Parts: sequence; C-alpha cells; structure tokens
Amino acid sequence: MKLGVLALQGAVSEHLDVLNDLGVEGLAVRYAEELEDLDGLILPGGESTTLEKLMRRFGLDVALRQALERGMACWGTCAGMILLSQEIANAINGQTGLGHLPVKVVRNCFGRQVDSCETPLEIKGLQGEAFPAVFIRAPGVSDILDPQIEVLAHHQDMIVAVRYGRVLATSFHPELTGDHRLHKFFIEQVVGCKLVER
Amino acid sequence: MSENGKKTGTLKVKSGLAQMLKGGVIMDVTTPEEAVIAQEAGAVAVMALERVPFDIRQEGGVARMTDPAVTQKIMDAVTIPVMAKARIGHFVEAEILEALGVDYIDESEVLTPADEDFHIDKHAFTVPFVCGAKNLGEALRRIGEGAAMIRTKGEPGTGNVVEAVRHMRTMNQEIRRLKELPREEVMTFAKEAGAPYELCLMVREEGRLPVVNFAAGGIATPADAALMMKLGCDGIFVGSGIFKSSDPARMARAIVDATAHYTDAKRLAEYSQGLGKAMKGIEISTLAPDELMATRGW
Repeated sequence: MKLGVLALQGAVSEHLDVLNDLGVEGLAVRYAEELEDLDGLILPGGESTTLEKLMRRFGLDVALRQALERGMACWGTCAGMILLSQEIANAINGQTGLGHLPVKVVRNCFGRQVDSCETPLEIKGLQGEAFPAVFIRAPGVSDILDPQIEVLAHHQDMIVAVRYGRVLATSFHPELTGDHRLHKFFIEQVVGCKLVER
Repeated sequence: MSENGKKTGTLKVKSGLAQMLKGGVIMDVTTPEEAVIAQEAGAVAVMALERVPFDIRQEGGVARMTDPAVTQKIMDAVTIPVMAKARIGHFVEAEILEALGVDYIDESEVLTPADEDFHIDKHAFTVPFVCGAKNLGEALRRIGEGAAMIRTKGEPGTGNVVEAVRHMRTMNQEIRRLKELPREEVMTFAKEAGAPYELCLMVREEGRLPVVNFAAGGIATPADAALMMKLGCDGIFVGSGIFKSSDPARMARAIVDATAHYTDAKRLAEYSQGLGKAMKGIEISTLAPDELMATRGW
C-alpha cells in the first residue's frame, strides 16, 4: 500500500507522523508524477486559497483530478475538504477547487480564530467514545448535491464529515488529536487495506 | 471558555492555527489593497500594521498598533487569516485587537515597547499570540507566558537576513545541546537560559520547540526564504521585503513559490529571475545600538 500526503503547505508532518504510528510509510507529495501509483492521498489542513494556487502553479491540479478519476482514495481535512468540493460558497476570485466531491462547502463557517474550538463529536461508523474534534477556522458543508453522499457527523447545524465512495472529507483536524481512529477508518474502510495490529 | 464540552482558546486550538500556516508566507500589509495583493500571490495570512519596519526606521517616532478601522478594512478585504501587531507589554492594544476579531496577535519588537520589564500574559486571551525570539531561552519564556507560535526576531526593516540566520542557528545549536544533556543537568541549563524547567524537559524529549517556529526579520528574496526553510524554520514572515521591492506582486509570488519548493535549487533559480529590484537594505553594523529592534524585549 502506498499512501501520500500533499506537501505543498500546511499540517503535512502531523499526518505523516500518524501514518508512521500506524506502521504505514507515507510519502510527502510535491510533484505531479508522485501521484501516479498512490493508493490513497491525504489533503491536509492549511490555507485553501494558497494550496489551490500552488497546485495550479505546479501542475498538480490536473494530475490530482486524473488520479481521483482513476479511483485513488482521498481524504481532505479542513482546507482539504474545501479543495475537494464541487461548490465553494465564499470562494475568492478564481478559487474553484477540484470539483470532485458533490457538496457545497462554506469556508470559515464557524467564524474567525477566536471561535475555533475543541469539542466531542459523534461520528457515524466510529466505535467507542465521542471523537475529540479540533475545529480551526473550519469549513462546513451546507448542501449535499448527490444522494450517494453519506453524512457522518454534524456540528452546530453544519455537516462536518462526509463519505462519497473513495472520498472522505472532514472539517476538523484528527491529525492534531493523538486519536488515530479516523486515520484507521480511512486506511481500512476507504482505501481498503488491512492494518497490521501493533 | 467551555460549554457542552466545547472549548475555545485552548493551547491546541491556538498552536493548531500556526500549524496550518506551516510552509507558507505571512506578509506585512498596511492597506486593504496590499492585503489583496498578498492574498492573490498566495500568502497564508497577512500581518496588519501601520508602517512596515523599513518606514518605521526612516520616519522614527513611536510606532503603535494600527488604527482599528484600517485593520477592520483589511479583515473585510481578504478571507485568509489576519494577524496584527501590539506593542510589547501593551495588553490593552491586545485586548482591542482581540475584540476586533483578528486571528493572531504579534507582540512585536517592531513597535515601540510599552513595557521594558514585562511581556503580556498571553494565557489570559482567547486569541493566540506569536512572539519573536533570538535564542531558545527567550522562545521558552514567551511560550511560558502563553505564546502559541514563535518567530526569529531578525533585524526588521533592513532587508538583511544575517540576524535571522544567527537567531535560527543559535536556536538549533541550543536545542541540539539540550537533547544531549543528562536529566540532572537540565535544571542548570534552565537557570542559565532563563527558561521554564518543564519546557526545557519537553524540548529535550521532542528535540524541537513545542510550537511552530517561523523566520522573520530581514527576508527580502526567494533565496532568503529558502535559506531560512533549509535552516529548519516552519514558514516565513516577510515585512518590508515585498512592498519595498520594485514589483511587489511578483516578489510576493516568487517568495511563496520558493518557500513551497525550498529544496529544489533548479526551481529556485527560476523563481529568482526577473523580479526587478529587491529592497535596498541596510548593513547592520551601520546601525547604532539604539536603532536595533531585536534587542527590544528580553
């Protein structure tokens, strides 16, 4: 199994550290050709407008769309959710996203940094106690544009976790929590690889 | 604050935003128009201030927090995070900035200090703070006071990267030394560095600062940005270097691209071409001791 983390900007090392804890070697992806034989890719948190500009400047947007079309599994956290979405409610000039996930997303939908929070969150499909979700200037999904979308979690009347076939998107940051259940869920349920118990 | 298990202003949430800015460039802006240029170039955040450090040096006088109306206009003009500077020790400027809703406060030596003995108690705020540091002890004192992000001080407004390099190398050397120390020697290290003991133990264990560390002060070209990234900084602040260059939009974009691809010298050669004139810059040794900003704060 080959997993990557898009490494243009943002919380890259945090995701790579979790993958390492789970016994999976993750690749920091900076170039289009590095996407070619990946089984799964994590789009990390960061600044969505910066990430989109860098993706375009470096030709990664086209390669990423092709990889998603061939069925590469993908998980967007926070800014990554925005990048995947089909519609962005409050996009800046020229920001379109990859258009792969049929939802409408609202950037910074819970407010500015003073409204960023930690909160326990019930997530469909996760066993055990509530997930310690960390929302940082987080986006949220306001509209579902395809009935195939599976809603996994809500926070303050917004949808904050969805699954769509081989795509997972979360508004919050599991890579900051030390709780690896969502990373395991992505690898086992979305990518479809069994983790070796350690 | 806590309600139904929901907590705002926690250290995780404060340092978490800085983690999301890693690998990015934060640009000084004085007007909404400059903020839009920064956002278009790919800045991860902007820093609102009244005058860039180069102009503060030229014009002299007391440098204070920006007019809140200007900061508000900058916040309205862009969707990326907006940071703003408060004077060292001026907790009321910080309270005003928090009330405005800025995303990060820089308790900054670029402004004229309001208190020569005490920095702001940053734990008392919901909004996170970034502070400058010349060495590990200073960084850990600021983190002890509640800073959720650190940056080198460098020598602001000079376009001369030498002091930022010195501060980052010093930090790296001290962290390497601390990592090697037997546990019983850590208290003496803490005493000599003037740093909280528990934080010294944490750095010894992790081999790095417990929060993100950016480069700031004197960065003027794509190559300067890449140099600081190679020295181990997590990201870049550019002050006068963009809007004191001859073509700010191009310089801004080139520094963003260079920060993302700092390990790729071929690309750096490409990004460094045709940028017009970088800011003129000042040789540090020509500055009088009272003109140095890095020595403000302790």
